[in-house]
Amino acid sequence: MNMLLDNMPALLIAVPLFFAFLIPIIGKFAPKIHDVWIILASFVSSLTAVITAVTVFTKGTIVYVFGAAAGSPAAPIDSGGIPFRIIFTIDGFCAFMLLSAAIVSFAVVLYLVSSQKERSGKSELYALYLLLTAGIFGMVSTGDLFNFFVFLEINSLAGAALVSYHRKGGIAAEGALKYLIVNTVGGLMVLFGIGLLYAQYNSLNMAFIASQMSFTTVNIVALVLFITALAMKAGSVPFHFATPDAYSVAPSGITAAMIVASQAGLYGLFRIVFTLYGDIFNTVTIGWVVIILGVLSMVIGVTMAIPQKDVKRLLAYHAVSQTGYMLLGVGVALAVLGDPLAMAAFGQTAMEGGLFHIINHAMYKGLLFLAVGAVIYRTGVWSLNKMGGLGHNMKWTMIFFLIGALAIAGIPPFNGFASKLMIYESVFAFNPALSIIAMVVSILTLASFMKVFHSMFMGPQLPEYAEVKEVPKLMIAGMVILTIFVIGFGLVPDLVVNNLITPAADALINNGAYITAVLGGGL
Amino acid sequence: MIANLPFIAVALLIGISLAIILLKKNMIKMVMGLSILEGAVNLFLVALGYRENGIAPIFTSAPEGAEMVLPTVQALTLTNIVIGVATTALMLALVMVIYKKYGTVNSNKIRRLKE
Repeated sequence: MNMLLDNMPALLIAVPLFFAFLIPIIGKFAPKIHDVWIILASFVSSLTAVITAVTVFTKGTIVYVFGAAAGSPAAPIDSGGIPFRIIFTIDGFCAFMLLSAAIVSFAVVLYLVSSQKERSGKSELYALYLLLTAGIFGMVSTGDLFNFFVFLEINSLAGAALVSYHRKGGIAAEGALKYLIVNTVGGLMVLFGIGLLYAQYNSLNMAFIASQMSFTTVNIVALVLFITALAMKAGSVPFHFATPDAYSVAPSGITAAMIVASQAGLYGLFRIVFTLYGDIFNTVTIGWVVIILGVLSMVIGVTMAIPQKDVKRLLAYHAVSQTGYMLLGVGVALAVLGDPLAMAAFGQTAMEGGLFHIINHAMYKGLLFLAVGAVIYRTGVWSLNKMGGLGHNMKWTMIFFLIGALAIAGIPPFNGFASKLMIYESVFAFNPALSIIAMVVSILTLASFMKVFHSMFMGPQLPEYAEVKEVPKLMIAGMVILTIFVIGFGLVPDLVVNNLITPAADALINNGAYITAVLGGGL
Repeated sequence: MIANLPFIAVALLIGISLAIILLKKNMIKMVMGLSILEGAVNLFLVALGYRENGIAPIFTSAPEGAEMVLPTVQALTLTNIVIGVATTALMLALVMVIYKKYGTVNSNKIRRLKE
């Protein structure tokens, strides 16, 4: 048992990969237990992530060295202090991302098992899905820049293949191709940036590079490459064009998982900006770059969302808009990072608000995509103009959609309100205009969702949907899991912030702790 | 000057590939542009690790005091080549599906996903 616990970070990758390659075999030879097996697979891999996260929250940062006895240092004694071993470094921020990915990926699997029951080729779908999970887990827990790139590519490839999975006609392939091209260009930019850093420091270890980082032109070029590429992955403006195309054609459950996949890009962005570059220069400029990206994403995302007719495309534009809130909150913290007074007054809250919004967004946007997917599953219609009166037949779906819609619009007592309030308050202290923009965007979001809610569920029962039934129980179970977190995080935000978000924010702000955890106190 | 030649080539290749990806309408050519970009990054990595008169980095029976090229970047390049093959294959498969459904690979003519 102890040995299992010691090697949990390795299992984080090994379990989803193992099941991913096993599932097509099971699908071929034992189709009867196939569905049970995939639920088990996802449960076990989510469980490893949760156990790892809990260990981090109770015992502090884990540094796991691959291929060495437990507890060996990242830098072998005879290496002259250069940590060339392959390591996973899991601190508060990583644990927080792991938790969010684990919850969403398990809820989505419950949903998929039911919604894909009648479809062909589902073994391969689940194999790709577990690869995507492995990619996300790897991205958020690695302590090595090159491994980060490899997991980023696994994430993008599996994601693109999943996007193109079902919908008939060429549009699925079109959306997937766009997504893949954007992500591949981004991935190669990350690799180029890694090359630039390696050329100077002869190491790929994030902590080592962070400890050696200095202010040079080459480093700035690398930083620009990283920010551009990871903003592409996260789907913020000005790289938002691929996001709606990909999200609108992917199977609904998959889209909910893609939200978490794109947030892994956000994780990389924050990790690199704070941990690698946090020490060396005045972060005000970088902070403002992130703030401007955030504000543009918020405004452009929501204005593009309002006129949409395709309901999934509408939700995808709202995803772009919500990413803006996270960038705004964290950007404000970044802009005042060098000023301890401002940091204590509002920077810390802004940071926590931005990070809290990440997990909240994963929950309520996942819930919205699942609820909309349930409607599409029963009606086969994407266009809002053709829907109507579905509230009569799909009561549960309607309730879940309403909860998700109120949460995304920032209405109490749901989780979106808790994190948005933190962002408004702290951003107002930094710059009132930004805070007002954020509130206006929130109102527009509410308006947009009321329109969607009305045209989907309200009104008289339409004759063509008289036969529509509520979706199967497993799909509802998937939505219930996310709903519990949407309501729970909204009811006890203090508890969540103190236990999850503050350790994550501290891990980012205090990058010295990350470096010492890997390199030891000696360097 | 001669030592910088690979890096000049990298810059040129990146410029060419980005121009292809952004300007060409034929999707096969866009995939080719991405492959050139990947090649440019690979060349950059290998050139980083090159040392003049360096030998392969194998310590057994290496001559005394010989300079060696850096092994890590070569490992990175190898990994990137493998990833690149997978990406290119998936992209070409998607282009094939698009061609079958629409009968064209011109990116202007296939915009069925409306803004």
